[in-house]
Amino acid sequence: MDLTHSPADEAFRAEARAWLASHVPAAPLPSLETEEGFAAHRTWEAELAADRWSVVSWPAEYGGRDAGLMRWLIFEEEYYAARAPGRVSQNGIHLLAPTLFDHGTEEQRSRVLPPMARGEVVWAQAWSEPEAGSDLASLRSRAVRTDGGWCLSGQKTWSSRAAFADRAFGLFRSEPEAPRHQGLIYLMFDLRAPGVTVRPIHRLDGKPAFAELFLDEVFVPDEDVIGEPGEGWRIAMSTAGNERGLTLRSPGRYLAAADRLVELWRERGCPVRVQDRVADAVIGARAYQLFTYAGASRFLQGEPLGPESSMNKVFWSEYDIALHETALDLLGEEGELADTDWAEGYVFSLAGPLYAGANEIQRDIIAERLLGLPKGRR
Amino acid sequence: MRFLLTEEQRAFARSLDALLAAADTPSLVRSWSAGDTTAGRALWSRIAEAGVFALAVPEEFEGVGPLPVELGVAFVELGRHAVPGPLVETVLAAALLSGRPEPAGRLLPQLASGKALATVGAPYALDADTADLVLALRDGQVWRAPGARNIRPSLDPARRLATPLPGGELLSPVIPPEAVLWARLATAAQALGVGLALLDRTVAHVGQRVQFGVPTGSFQAVKHRLADARTALEFARPLLFGAALSMTPADVAAAKVAACEAAYATARTALQLHGAIGYTAEYDLSLWLTKARALRTAWGGPAECRAVVLGAPR
Repeated sequence: MDLTHSPADEAFRAEARAWLASHVPAAPLPSLETEEGFAAHRTWEAELAADRWSVVSWPAEYGGRDAGLMRWLIFEEEYYAARAPGRVSQNGIHLLAPTLFDHGTEEQRSRVLPPMARGEVVWAQAWSEPEAGSDLASLRSRAVRTDGGWCLSGQKTWSSRAAFADRAFGLFRSEPEAPRHQGLIYLMFDLRAPGVTVRPIHRLDGKPAFAELFLDEVFVPDEDVIGEPGEGWRIAMSTAGNERGLTLRSPGRYLAAADRLVELWRERGCPVRVQDRVADAVIGARAYQLFTYAGASRFLQGEPLGPESSMNKVFWSEYDIALHETALDLLGEEGELADTDWAEGYVFSLAGPLYAGANEIQRDIIAERLLGLPKGRR
Repeated sequence: MRFLLTEEQRAFARSLDALLAAADTPSLVRSWSAGDTTAGRALWSRIAEAGVFALAVPEEFEGVGPLPVELGVAFVELGRHAVPGPLVETVLAAALLSGRPEPAGRLLPQLASGKALATVGAPYALDADTADLVLALRDGQVWRAPGARNIRPSLDPARRLATPLPGGELLSPVIPPEAVLWARLATAAQALGVGLALLDRTVAHVGQRVQFGVPTGSFQAVKHRLADARTALEFARPLLFGAALSMTPADVAAAKVAACEAAYATARTALQLHGAIGYTAEYDLSLWLTKARALRTAWGGPAECRAVVLGAPR
């Protein structure tokens, strides 16, 4: 049992820290959920990519550093400690890229990944539908075989970042007669293709953080199908494990947020009534970091992430809300103001228990697969 | 960096688990609670033979320690089996005396070998009527008290609390500040074990208990409470072992808060999901339920430990 990073890993940390210290924008960028902020974040992603810091765990040929999981965790700690901007391209990097590494063709990887790493092509997720959220297998949007590709029709919703993104990836029903988990196809499509209508959806704070997609005979060439048609569910679920598991929320984000909360608490004259909640934020961030290190250690010795990732998801989503609620309470009347980082983070955190598989679904997975309780009526 | 228990550490846990499972701890706890410590003392000797107390004692005093990670492993198992007695206090006594050759050479080999049980009053001494060595922390010094008085029951019937008598022998003119970290770490580990046992027993219960024609464990309301209990316990575990590696006050305090809060919340869930049977003394669940409450305040309650995490006054 060891928590000491190797000298080489510490050298990597030092290199990342030095680069971030001289490159992180002095003033925070505008919210990435706005058109102006989206553009500013693309510029930042390009700057990161120029020195190959945008996707450190990827192979060098696609713009990464072959850094591996442990160094990715180290980089994220440094990234958030340096108060670097949120990542507009994270849907692509954390959800689509792992799928392409596992199931894509070499042609797809070399075509799709480098522009993703540079922020030139920003990806939106197109999984959910009006009738298919947590019950994702009930989705109805269809892909019909056509000459040289597929023709998409239907409706997608809650597509994060789709209001300003370039392309999307998602599941479609390609064999209507097949059982619901079969006959699905996983593919990539252009949000500016003929037949695509993007209707931004404004979240609680009025920012267009996601969108509905209306698809009317949208052509997708065969080269944009991931894996075999009909295998979409299996392929997508390997991605969903990534989303809930190690990669969507790195511990660095919460360690840095907890540090900021402690700073705020000290500035505000340490009201004792919230002291315990501030301490819990510090404890939670450390617990999440160490839980992740333990999971990463198991993963690196060849064990799958498995249903443990459902505990991870429940933990960070609830932690994130508690942390931001504490900050808003510390701010007192100023906590009502919407134009602060804390307020933006609070609104963002409220969605945590809803997306990436609602927490009720995660608790069912924990109860049935980790505790062995019987399946029953929901 | 490999943040996982080694195969040796896991084998140590398994062997302790087997030893304790064979000892029928529930009936032993009941006799300990009734004042008959014979079976408890016999188990104490076997726990010592397995090397548990030696983990807190330096090699020069016939121990193998200090080994906080292994101690954490051991105390999780002691908690899982609700082992009674001043387990944490014996570890604390070893930590209090390790830096002083004279009393250490005389007393620590007895603690390591299990020949002597130690307890420490600060202010209450646990099981002082059974302990061979009653230490008192007063005026910043460590004293060997000539005994204890005013024995009072704990919320956990397996614990009896007493006040050390004044006077006695001065063992150390200072209280080593790191000593309490050992007590706190061992208590956190014990609490985690208590929580894991409560969860296991409750999962087994709701898998069998039938209401409305189905096992109660098939109801989503039941599942979700248990999923939350599992999550809280599994996030306390790495804090415990991270603290054992660093032994810093903030890490140890964080582990104590997380483990004790998770265990206590699991106790509430366990009681609710067992129904009225869990509210009885006859049913074994009570042995863990009451301990979860007692450990929560032992050697640094939640508020005190949270203040330590923040480096804040309380």
